[in-house]
Amino acid sequence: MPKREDLKSVLVIGSGPIVIGQAAEFDYSGTQACRVLRAEGLRVILVNSNPATIMTDPEVADATYVEPITPEFVEKIIAKERPDALLPTLGGQTALNTAVALAENGVLDRYNVELIGADIAAIQSGEDREKFKRIVEAIGETGLNAHSARSVICHSMEDCLAGVDELGGYPVVVRPSFTMGGAGSGFAHDEAELRRIAGTGLALSPTTEVLLEESIMGWKEYELELMRDKHDNVVVVCSIENFDPMGVHTGDSITVAPAMTLTDREYQELRDVGIAVIRAVGVDTGGCNIQFAVNPEDGRIIVIEMNPRVSRSSALASKATGFPIAKIAARLAVGYTLDEIPNDITQETPASFEPALDYVVVKVPRFAFEKFPAADSTLTTTMKSVGEAMAIGRSFPEALQKALRSLEKKGSEFTWVGPVRDKATVLAEAARPTDGRVNLLVEAYRAGASISELHESTKIDPWFLDQVLLIHETACELRDAERLSPALLHRVKRTGFSDKQVADIRNLTESVVRELRHSLGVRPVYKTVDTCAAEFAAKTPYHYSSYDEETEVEPRGKPAVIILGSGPNRIGQGIEFDYSCVHASFALRDAGYETVMVNCNPETVSTDYDTSDRLYFEPLTLEDVLEIVDAERAAGPVAGVIVQLGGQTPLGLAQSLKDAGVPVVGTSPEAIHLAEDRGAFGRVLAEAGLPAPKHGTAFSFAEAKAIADEIGYPVLVRPSYVLGGRGMEIVYDEDMLHDYIERATQISPEHPVLVDRFLDDAIEIDVDALFDGEELYLGGVMEHIEEAGIHSGDSACALPPITLGGHDIKRLRVSTEAIARGVGVRGLINIQYALAGDILYVLEANPRASRTVPFVAKATAVPLAKAAARIGMGATVAELRAEGLLPREGDGGTLPSDSPISVKEAVMPWSRFRTPDGQGVDVILGPEMRSTGEVMGIDADFGKAFAKSQAGAYGSLPLKGKAFVSVANRDKRSMVFPVKALHDLGFEILATDGTADVLRRNGIPATTVRKLSQGTGPDGEPTIVQMIVDGGIDLIVNTPFGVGSRLDGYEIRTAAVQAGKPCITTVQGFAAAVHGIEALQRGEIGIGSLQEYADKINASRAAASDPARAAG
Amino acid sequence: MSNRPPAILVLEDGRTFRGDAYGALGETYGEAVFTTGMTGYQETLTDPSYHRQVVVMTAPHIGNTGVNDEDPESRQIWVAGYVVRDPSRVASNWRSQRTLDEELTAQGIVGISGVDTRAVTRHLRERGAMRCGVFSGELAEQDPKTLVEKVAASPAMAGADLVGDVTTEQGYVVEPIGEHKFTVAAYDLGIKSMTPHRMAERGARVHVLSASATLEDVLALEPDGFFLSNGPGDPETTEESMVPIVRAVLDRRIPVFGICFGNQILGRALGFGTYKLKYGHRGINQPVQDRATGKVEVTAHNHGFAVDAPLDKVSDTEYGRVEVSHVCLNDDVVEGLKALDVPAFSVQYHPEAAAGPHDAAYLFDRFADLMATAKNDEKGEG
Repeated sequence: MPKREDLKSVLVIGSGPIVIGQAAEFDYSGTQACRVLRAEGLRVILVNSNPATIMTDPEVADATYVEPITPEFVEKIIAKERPDALLPTLGGQTALNTAVALAENGVLDRYNVELIGADIAAIQSGEDREKFKRIVEAIGETGLNAHSARSVICHSMEDCLAGVDELGGYPVVVRPSFTMGGAGSGFAHDEAELRRIAGTGLALSPTTEVLLEESIMGWKEYELELMRDKHDNVVVVCSIENFDPMGVHTGDSITVAPAMTLTDREYQELRDVGIAVIRAVGVDTGGCNIQFAVNPEDGRIIVIEMNPRVSRSSALASKATGFPIAKIAARLAVGYTLDEIPNDITQETPASFEPALDYVVVKVPRFAFEKFPAADSTLTTTMKSVGEAMAIGRSFPEALQKALRSLEKKGSEFTWVGPVRDKATVLAEAARPTDGRVNLLVEAYRAGASISELHESTKIDPWFLDQVLLIHETACELRDAERLSPALLHRVKRTGFSDKQVADIRNLTESVVRELRHSLGVRPVYKTVDTCAAEFAAKTPYHYSSYDEETEVEPRGKPAVIILGSGPNRIGQGIEFDYSCVHASFALRDAGYETVMVNCNPETVSTDYDTSDRLYFEPLTLEDVLEIVDAERAAGPVAGVIVQLGGQTPLGLAQSLKDAGVPVVGTSPEAIHLAEDRGAFGRVLAEAGLPAPKHGTAFSFAEAKAIADEIGYPVLVRPSYVLGGRGMEIVYDEDMLHDYIERATQISPEHPVLVDRFLDDAIEIDVDALFDGEELYLGGVMEHIEEAGIHSGDSACALPPITLGGHDIKRLRVSTEAIARGVGVRGLINIQYALAGDILYVLEANPRASRTVPFVAKATAVPLAKAAARIGMGATVAELRAEGLLPREGDGGTLPSDSPISVKEAVMPWSRFRTPDGQGVDVILGPEMRSTGEVMGIDADFGKAFAKSQAGAYGSLPLKGKAFVSVANRDKRSMVFPVKALHDLGFEILATDGTADVLRRNGIPATTVRKLSQGTGPDGEPTIVQMIVDGGIDLIVNTPFGVGSRLDGYEIRTAAVQAGKPCITTVQGFAAAVHGIEALQRGEIGIGSLQEYADKINASRAAASDPARAAG
Repeated sequence: MSNRPPAILVLEDGRTFRGDAYGALGETYGEAVFTTGMTGYQETLTDPSYHRQVVVMTAPHIGNTGVNDEDPESRQIWVAGYVVRDPSRVASNWRSQRTLDEELTAQGIVGISGVDTRAVTRHLRERGAMRCGVFSGELAEQDPKTLVEKVAASPAMAGADLVGDVTTEQGYVVEPIGEHKFTVAAYDLGIKSMTPHRMAERGARVHVLSASATLEDVLALEPDGFFLSNGPGDPETTEESMVPIVRAVLDRRIPVFGICFGNQILGRALGFGTYKLKYGHRGINQPVQDRATGKVEVTAHNHGFAVDAPLDKVSDTEYGRVEVSHVCLNDDVVEGLKALDVPAFSVQYHPEAAAGPHDAAYLFDRFADLMATAKNDEKGEG
């Protein structure tokens, strides 16, 4: 049956900012869906507050609303656009929850909008644990091996305590209902843990509901990805087996596709149960993900949960199999059946089949515990990883080792160098699941452990343990071999070892191993992901390397450009860089090149097989990239390799690639060095006469102290060559400096520490610009809302700048051009400035695409990343202006005066992390970046735009109620005005006695509340922390002061996070919030699509460049 | 692995792949075919339809769950040779009794591991299924030219009559599970043990007959249904043996159900031709459409031959109208026949699964319904 003709327009809801548990995979899914729906002739209306996404590119939808994903804002969009249907299954839990809210509050009925892809009953059966449990039990009664963990539903702490007795005691698993990524769930081993975890869970659950269940820790864990169409055709797209057994969230587990340790009978049982579940839940058109636990002793199957939507795992499954789940889900939603949809890859067979894999896929999570030193690093059922890498190999060992090196993290690869601890210690440590536990397996083998000992300790399936043992034995053989024979080297490479690992084991250098390997003819071949294990010819060049016999890279005629992606998402290097890579691919394909993408991040649009002409799903190491370059050179001409767009990962390869004779296009590796090396960059600035804060480079504590003494405290200290402000701190005195050097760095000649004067009270400014060697195109000037010292990635900012004048912009333009020219940029450059006492200091320059490129592109309606790619390949700004890719005249520094204001706000992962004793981690902003994502608010003025940014990031700012204010002494003066304004807006102001006195003296009535240290009052008066926890405070302002991990006000801030209330930690942010609240109160905040804003900006630009017409 | 003796896979057209010995040492010949199933190697190995075939597993890791005594589909391993990439060193499963390597060795199956199975598969896909040989140990050291000659001298699959090799010597009975509702006469042309089990689940007492059983043997059972199993070889070779028996059964309007080889035999009995596919269908992920309902089932396949019947119209045969009931959506190969005027139908794929998905299990219900209807009619008439 063909597509429905009654649907003309559809609203797609995205997933909002990148947060732990809901990341770039939803951009991939949403982009696919929007494209498919447009290709089907539907008008696509999109809402997503995340500007760093491809899906919010104006070309992807007909009307793109970068607005908060809240029922209120989505209702406004529905009222304006009047879509026929709403597709909520591609934007993660955020979209699903919003759709449920709109159905329940009657909006969908009122505007006659049909929910497609899933109905409310199905969503609730899938997500409501009690209903789902009944469904599973009913399936079990039909004779299938389907069970539920024994469990009890609880709505209060009393219920929970009784529930534990009912289940037969601790440990129990606590799972809150309706939260994403397993937020708030965990294991409770005793009453204290139960009270903490269940307490948080009850608060987090929108229905104040948690489920307690029997522990099935240590069981085998599997996932199936299923799709169903309206004719009840069901296919299982992929099976996924978790390497880490039950107890670790699947997002935090190493996972493997296809399942490795099931017989056909057991696999078919899972399949039968999965199909029964999707039918019973009633997912009529679309995909779902079902998780199973299998008892390794007897095969009893417990159905853990199902997501009646496209999920993180479906993105992984799509990349793992070549079966594009989101694309097909979108087609099913508009009426097609599976057999009517062709398989893109074979083009000749239909989508109504189940992919067969002749390779192994391994996904490994990437964590950021180093950013949250206080957080407990034990992996639990709450997801904590911030990204993932996927690798494909012809065997599990090959895929696993490729995946581990794809993580690009020191120590992520297996090592056989260095001391080994005693077996008992390693085995005991391996029992606790953590980031890097897989590396302990090798250490345990080195210490003499057996498979059964490791199985006893970790419960990891013996098959996996044997595969790791095989890797270990191969390493030993390599170590002990008299010489490196071609056969041995081939076997070593086939087991996934990198040249670097071989070098370490043989005590050689990586380049010697590479030369030796090449001279012995031990080279990888490139196989194809084809959905069908080679049964049919593949039309899509989606490749992975393997040390096997036959390569499948086809020759080509057109010159190729190889674009290096950004690898696994991490804090500081996320989806924004993927955005730029994807844009480069599109722009260069349009310009006549064949584009070749290299990346290893399954969540991204760049690793969609139809983004580029060719895709290599490979680690981004020098070895892997050089082999791809060689393979592509053998296939046809290679015009160049682009390293500028994927963040620090490819940038770090630039020099080595050039040294190996690879044409690196765009900004040269030497220029990159010039910008990144402090001394060299200092000379560039000096030549241009630009001031930088006083600074120095120290190779020891003594040197650091001398520099700090000279330039004066406070100073900003950090290791050199980092992204995202890793290890950066503000140091106020010598003791702190000493402590920092001791604790935070491995100071050495290769790794010096940079010491900068810290500019107190400065305005920080970010500039993104294009430079072609002659002409500068100022992409955008962003004024930070938080002061300098807060990492730019964590700071909110406004574009156009809200307080800078024409003179400032002029200075910024001159300085930016001088730096771009001095460094030798060809493409994008990002410069951070600080304006202090009317002096414009240059903080740093990055000669590459920055995190803010997508935000600037959307705020100014100019495709900056596309232009950068073209400039990299030799186009000039003038040519691009003439072509229309850049505006004919003017740039981001000369935006029309009626341009909208865009505000970017960072989203922080505080609520995800706990200290080992169960406390929240502190929520203060600092020079080290810790945000996972961002949102954009766009409107006619700053107040409205800021209010939208807050609504998009954290839920709306309060319109009335109680505000608690407590600020550091240095902020007391600047606090008075905004507090007064807040009071005038009708808020009741609460403060502890000191602050309350200050406020009263300034004529602001303030209610005094008890500090935590004062304890509960004689008449039971609660402390402020208690009041926050109880939900009685609507807005919390707390600017911290102090040092160490437990700053003053820690309990207040963590209580605010726990209660889910806005918590503002800078005075500047507070002032902006008051502005936003005022705008909200003033009345109707409207909505606008990016296309409408772009039309307006372009019309004003045209009018400005053609005054005659403007006058007429 | 390096500690295994060398082995070589030699294809009829001269292409060779070197690897390591797996299972028993020695030499073996057969038709090289690939199967894409990612689970179920034990069922595959013991499927009699693979008799005289050297099976290439496209799934790289084989043997992970070891071998048990519950999952075999017949009394022995039938594949002539086994080609895998990464054999497991351990067996990990609660039902496992020994490793696959041990089992292959014990049953004398010559295999090869460590070869680029994807390259072999692509070669077979492009050039078609062909004869091959696997030589391991000292035999692998021979001049490849000699080995190619040896392969060329081995018998081909086209024209091969292999049923006699695989069928049971003695007939046996599979008792119904629960109430006895029907009696089925089932020809073992290479039957898989899951097949009579599926019928027994539906109340059938299944008399599994040797391929040498006569029409009289069948009729003596007074069966409610007649079943033709899967099996190896070229269906054309049944023209003198099975086809006349089937025609006699059709004449008597005894309900007929055929699977795989049985589908081809029924097709020939109805007057259709059969032909050899380029490289066949072998896997457990094949989309088959039931043309009556439009529904798609994901099915297990293992066939190198197919029935040549028109898709676009109902055919008139000696037994009345016959339609193609099922078709493979990948390549439009006939996957099922349904006689409209006599109680007979068959499918080219494996509704008994094992290995494979259970989507097509309804066909056994359909067979039971056909038998029930025929019984009722009989009562009505009688």
